[in-house]
Amino acid sequence: MDERIAKIVMPKWGLSMTSGKVTEWIASEGDEIADGDELADIDTDKITGSLEASDEGILRRVIAEAGEDVPVGGTIALIAPADVPEEEIDEAARLAREEIDSGAVAEVAGPVTGTVQVDGRTLAYATLGEGEEQVVLVHGYGGDKNSWLFVQEPLSESRTVHAIDLPGHGESTKDVGDGSLDTLANAVLGFLAEKEISRAHLVGHSLGGAVVVAVAAKAPAQVASLTLVAPAGFGKDVNAEYLRGFASASSRRELKPHLTALFADPSQATRQLADDLMKYKRLDGVDKVLNTLLDTLLAPLDVTDLMSKVDAPVRVVWGRQDAVLPATHGESLANVRYVDGAGHMVHMEAPNSVVEAFTSPNE
Amino acid sequence: MARTISYREAINEALAQEMERDSSVIVMGEDNAGGAGSPGDDDAWGGVLGVTKGLYHRFPGRVLDTPITESAFIGAAIGAATRGMRPVAELMFIDFMGVCFDQIFNQAAKFRYMFGGKAETPVVIRTMYGAGLRAAAQHSQALYPVFTHIPGLKVVVPSSPYEAKGLLIQSIRDNDPVIFCEHKAMYDTSGEVPEDSYTIPFGEANVVRDGDDVTIVAIGRMVSVAEQAAAELASAGVEAEILDPRTTSPLDTDTILESVENTGRLVVVDESTPRCNLATDISALVAKEAFGSLRAPIEMVTAPHTPVPFADTLEDLYIPDPQRVVNAAKAVMEWKR
Repeated sequence: MDERIAKIVMPKWGLSMTSGKVTEWIASEGDEIADGDELADIDTDKITGSLEASDEGILRRVIAEAGEDVPVGGTIALIAPADVPEEEIDEAARLAREEIDSGAVAEVAGPVTGTVQVDGRTLAYATLGEGEEQVVLVHGYGGDKNSWLFVQEPLSESRTVHAIDLPGHGESTKDVGDGSLDTLANAVLGFLAEKEISRAHLVGHSLGGAVVVAVAAKAPAQVASLTLVAPAGFGKDVNAEYLRGFASASSRRELKPHLTALFADPSQATRQLADDLMKYKRLDGVDKVLNTLLDTLLAPLDVTDLMSKVDAPVRVVWGRQDAVLPATHGESLANVRYVDGAGHMVHMEAPNSVVEAFTSPNE
Repeated sequence: MARTISYREAINEALAQEMERDSSVIVMGEDNAGGAGSPGDDDAWGGVLGVTKGLYHRFPGRVLDTPITESAFIGAAIGAATRGMRPVAELMFIDFMGVCFDQIFNQAAKFRYMFGGKAETPVVIRTMYGAGLRAAAQHSQALYPVFTHIPGLKVVVPSSPYEAKGLLIQSIRDNDPVIFCEHKAMYDTSGEVPEDSYTIPFGEANVVRDGDDVTIVAIGRMVSVAEQAAAELASAGVEAEILDPRTTSPLDTDTILESVENTGRLVVVDESTPRCNLATDISALVAKEAFGSLRAPIEMVTAPHTPVPFADTLEDLYIPDPQRVVNAAKAVMEWKR
């Protein structure tokens, strides 16, 4: 096959994804494609996201039509320069089609998972990429490492990207001690120490945003930059009703209405998301974890003092429709990108904005 | 970390984790270890289908092999529960309930009520039900409706490994007598189950599948039958909502009624015989509380009113299958006044 033909494959967004469905092609055959252009909307069992191109050329052939379910790693389209002969494209398309139809798609390397011991607790993480630069992604209240599914992959192209489960979350020990910001920050620092990472870029969402600010204030030498995604601790008017409702919901029926507060587009609060969260909430210890952290979040949480001690470059991303921590909290911060059409889960609804903020030049 | 394990392993893991957590939890029943006290292996069986295997050596003195006398050891388990233990007794086949029923329905089920709310009886009776293993009429029945009929008992019918583990842990921690009904043909089915301990509350139906056209309520093993039917219905353009009540007592009536108010159509799939079973119970509930929402008569897919046949071909016909559920759903979809 002509080496200039680039295969666009079904991405692996998160640990549990084994296949995805192309719901809509944004680009059409014949379009000129640049690096970063949105190609198609893809539906995983969790959420719908947009696949971006990492190659340049002409979209010569669409292999998987809208509506088709394709295993992770299956070729869904071909990009090549205009002068690659049509016969070559036909042949590559035939092979790609055969591969999908036979089901013999090579497994794409997903994140490598592992655990470290910090302060007597197990911390779980998933690492993707092999670059020299180290990045650590820290989720928010009630979230876990999988919430970065659309961000971890693009960042990992040239970096080593670790998504961690904070204490009490995901597959980490369901205990947060006093639940203070300091305890959580020590967990992140403990992770860096165990993995022998001397310096990392930290990305934090919501409560995780406050946590990475605390880390940068405590250990400035270890923090190369901060990317704060709707961070907690920059204003008092938080949606306490959502936080309390999330903590207390004991069934999917009770939980689901609260989840719509997380997204600008309420249809993103899928039954799968509610089911996954209920599975988490039913685990022994989680109830206490969420209530302990609720006290931290509603104290109220204020990280402006800590922020004044941070000298690393800081970028901030906020969804305009954030109904949990309003975007007005960004007013006290510099370098804020406001994203239209995104709510509190900016990194799920508009992952490109987080990737762009992360990669934007230092001011 | 969730991994894929079998229904059998999920139940074993729930027992082990609760025995680890709480020293008052004990396991007892016929051959729960197997061969204890006689020559040969001490943990030879782990229950007739191997569910309790491994617990005998892991928890010395806390897995008891009992005589083949259900009236005695079920009574002993209930008595121990009233004195502070949390026994998990295994009634090998639900079909044997007859020989120990007084202890269950007239003793355990009544204590809290008759002693002015002061008595607690935290006993779990694990028992196998269901047809499909060529075990004939005395070892194949789906008798959970009989227990559901008795006030004072909680009745659990787990439909998957995930439900089995979380519901069994909840059963052990519950302070009332719980009848935990395991379908014997499901032990080798597998599914994702978290390693950590977790509980699933009683009386909360699981919405297994969303759909707007017809509500299918299915119990225990019938949930997977309903799922196969729903896949076929979807290819014919009919979107079924599948509800798994998880517990028949207490019953999550709100979720059932809400669903029928949306779809206007109900099919109940119940492996038990059709008189006074869950299908009739849920149908009566919906007929009374959501009559105005119904757009077609309710369909019930159940076993026939006969003993479970021993002949393979007849037993296969006896058990509700996906095709019968599809036919019932199409009947309610196509019904015209």
